[in-house]
Amino acid sequence: MNFDDTPQEAAFRETARKWVAANAPKEFEQELSKSSLGRIRLAKHDMVEVGKAWQKKKAEGGWACLHWPKEYGGRGATPIERVIWQQEEGVYGKLTQPFQIGEGMCGPTVMAWGSEDAKRRYLPKLAAGEEIWCQLFSEPSAGSDVAGLRTRAEKKGDNWVVNGQKIWTSGAHYSDYGLLIARTDPNVPKHKGLTMFFLDMKSAGVEVRPIKQANGMQEFNEVYFTDVVIPDSQRLGAIGEGWSVSLTTLMNERMSIGSRLATGVPELFEFCSNLMLEDGLAIDDPAVRSKLASWAVKSSGLKYTSYRAISALSKGERPGPENSIGKLVSGMMLQDIATYAMDLQGAAGVLTGSDEETVHGQFQQMLLSSPSMRIAGGTDEILRNIIAERVLGLPGDIRVDKDVPYNKIPTKGR
Amino acid sequence: MNFDFSDDQKQLRDQARKFLTEKCSPKAVRIVLDGKAPYDKELWKGLAEMGFLGVAIPEEFGGAGAGHLELCVIAEEMGRANAPVPFSSTVYLAAEALLIAGSDAQKKKWLPTIASGEAIGTLALFEGKGNPAPKNVRLTAANGVLNGVKRPVADGAIADFAVVAARTGSSGRDGDISLFLVDLKGGGVEVKSLTNLDPTRGQAEISFRDCKAEPLGGAGEGWSILCQVLDRAAVLCAFEQVGGSDRALEMGRDYALDRIAFGRQIGSFQAVKHMLADMYVSATLARSNSYYGAWALSTNAAELPEAAAAARISATQAFQHCAKNNIQVHGGMGFTWEFDCHMYYRRANAMALGLGSLSYWEDQLIDRMRKKNAA
Repeated sequence: MNFDDTPQEAAFRETARKWVAANAPKEFEQELSKSSLGRIRLAKHDMVEVGKAWQKKKAEGGWACLHWPKEYGGRGATPIERVIWQQEEGVYGKLTQPFQIGEGMCGPTVMAWGSEDAKRRYLPKLAAGEEIWCQLFSEPSAGSDVAGLRTRAEKKGDNWVVNGQKIWTSGAHYSDYGLLIARTDPNVPKHKGLTMFFLDMKSAGVEVRPIKQANGMQEFNEVYFTDVVIPDSQRLGAIGEGWSVSLTTLMNERMSIGSRLATGVPELFEFCSNLMLEDGLAIDDPAVRSKLASWAVKSSGLKYTSYRAISALSKGERPGPENSIGKLVSGMMLQDIATYAMDLQGAAGVLTGSDEETVHGQFQQMLLSSPSMRIAGGTDEILRNIIAERVLGLPGDIRVDKDVPYNKIPTKGR
Repeated sequence: MNFDFSDDQKQLRDQARKFLTEKCSPKAVRIVLDGKAPYDKELWKGLAEMGFLGVAIPEEFGGAGAGHLELCVIAEEMGRANAPVPFSSTVYLAAEALLIAGSDAQKKKWLPTIASGEAIGTLALFEGKGNPAPKNVRLTAANGVLNGVKRPVADGAIADFAVVAARTGSSGRDGDISLFLVDLKGGGVEVKSLTNLDPTRGQAEISFRDCKAEPLGGAGEGWSILCQVLDRAAVLCAFEQVGGSDRALEMGRDYALDRIAFGRQIGSFQAVKHMLADMYVSATLARSNSYYGAWALSTNAAELPEAAAAARISATQAFQHCAKNNIQVHGGMGFTWEFDCHMYYRRANAMALGLGSLSYWEDQLIDRMRKKNAA
C-alpha cells in the first residue's frame, strides 16, 4: 500500500508537469484557485475565449482529449494517464469547462456511432478548441425519465424536421454543435421510438433562451426547435436505436474519476476556526466539533474512495459503479453544511451581500446553489437506484409504461 | 498509486474468511451469546494455529513477523464473522502495548504466549463513566502495588494478564499516569463478570488490592503510550467494524431479495432499496477511511493520529448504521432472538464505546486536524 506512481506513471507526470509549467496561462491562476464552487468567472476576460485558447494550446502540445485516439485529435492515453493529467493540469482544467461535455460525452458518442467521415470532420476540431458541443437530452417533462422525452423528429425525404424543447443545456448559447435525442416513433414503447442526431446549433429554427435559476444565476439554457432541418447523414445509430446510443453518452459521464467534488468542509472548518460565539471560538464548542468531525470523515472517505478507484485504474482494472457515491454524498453535504454555517451566524445569516459577518455570503451562495448538485447529472434518488441495482443487485423498478406505446402513456398526474 | 492491499494480503483475507466461515458459524457464536461458554476456546486455538494471533508479532517473539496490513485484513474477517473471542483485547491492545513499551524480558515473556494462544491479555483503562482522559484514572500505583477498581474491562474475566493504567502523580498533567503489567492469576486481584450489550465479548470489573505489578514503559510515560495504543487499536477495530458493516449490509440485501410482500420482493421497493444504498455508502466511506488508517499504521506515518480518528469515527458510524437498518429491512423477524441481526446490532453498539465514545473521537479528530492546520 503506497501513494507512489509506478516508474511509467512518474515519467508521464514529469512530462505533463513540465509542459503545464511552461505553457499554462499563469495570469489566471489566482482567480481560478479562489473559485471552488460553481461556475468559473474571470473578471476581465471572456471565459469562452480564454477556454478556447487554452484548449488550442493543449491540442498543439498533445494534451487535449487525452483518452481519444490520436487520429481524432487525442493522445491515446490510458485512463490512469488521464487522471495524472487532471492532477497536473490542476486549476487550469477549469478553463476548458466549455469543452468538457464535448470531450467527455458528445465526442465519445460520435466516436462510437458516427461515420468515419463525421469522426474526421468533427472530432479534431472539438479537440483543437475550434468548435464547442452541447448535449440536448433533458426536457421539461423528461428529467430522470429522459426516455419519456417529447421532442419530435419527422422524416421528410433525406432530412429530419425537428420540433420541441430541451432544457438544462449548459453552454447552448456558445456551442457550435449539439447532440440531440428525439422521438421518431410515438407509436412504440418509449425506449424504442428514439433516435440520436447531431446538429449545427446555428441552424434555422433553433432558439436558445437562458434560464433564470432558483439561485438567481443564469448558467443553463432552454433550447427551442421550430421546424429545424437535420440531414439524415447526421443521424447517429439506427432509427429507433437512440436509447442505446444515449447509454454510451451517459456511461462516459459517469466514468469521470478523480475529479474532486466540492464538499464545503474546508470552508466550514476555516469558518468555525475564526468564528467567535458567546462562549469562545465555534471550533471549541463540542456540538460544533461533533458536526464538523462527521462531515470531515465523509469528505476524507470520498477522497480515499477516489484513491482506491485511481489505484484500480493504475492496475488496468475498471473501477466499479461505487464511484456514483461521490456526487450523492457531496451534494447533500454542501446543502447541510451551508445550512449549519448560517445557523452559526444567527441573525446575520440572512444577509446575502458581501458582508464581513457572513464571510462575504459564501455559505448563503452555497445554500442557494446546492439544490442543483442533488439533481444535475442524476438525482440523489436515481443514484441510490443505481447503487441498489448495479452494486447490490436489487431488482429494478417495476416500470408500468415499459410495454405501453409512447402516445398512450398518461401525461398528467391529475 | 497503489492504495489497496497486495495480492498476498488479499489471499490472507480469503484464507481467514474461509477459516472463519467453517469454524465460526452463527451457530458457534450463539454458544457464547447464550452464555454457555465465556468465549470460543476451540476457535481461539484454531486462530493461533493459523498464525493469526501473532501475525503482527515479530518472529523473534514467536509471531509470524508479517505486519499491520496483514493484521488489518484478518481484523476485517473477525468483524464479519462476529467472532466470540478476545481478539481485540489481546492482539490490538495488550500485544500492541507490549510492542510499543515492553522491555525485552516482558516481550519475551508475553508475546510468544499471545501468538500461541496460551495467554489472553487486555487493557484495564476505564473506571466507570467517561472517556479516556488522565483525570479519569484514579487507581493508584505506589511501591510496586496497585490499588483501585477498573470497569468495564473487555474480556477481563478470561484474561491472564492486563496492562493497567495507574495514577503515579497528582500534578494534573499527562505525566501523572504510568502503565503496569499485572499477572491476573497472581494475588491481590478480584474479578467479577458484568452483563453487557454484547455477550459474545465479556466485560468485567477487576479490583486490585495491594496487587503486585511491574512497570510497562517509563514512569510518567503511561498516557503517551496509551494514546499510541488507542490510535493503533482504533484502526484495527475500524477494520472489524468495516467487516461487520459489510456483513450486516449483505444480510439486509439477501433478505430483501428473498422476502415477498405485497406480491413483490421487498428489495424492489425504493424505500428499501434506498435504505440499503445508504448503508452501502456508509460502509464504503468507512472502508476508504480505514484503508488510509491502515496505510498510516503500517508506515508509522505522522498522519496516524488524524487517520486513526477518522477511521474510528467513520467505521463506528457505518457499523451502527448498517446494523440498525439491517434489523429494519428484516422487519419483525429482525427483532427475534432467532435471527442473527441483533448480534451485529449488539456488537456495533458495544464497539462504538470500547475505545472511547464517538463524541470522544470526534473531539480528538478536530484537535488533530487543528494541529495539522497550524503546522
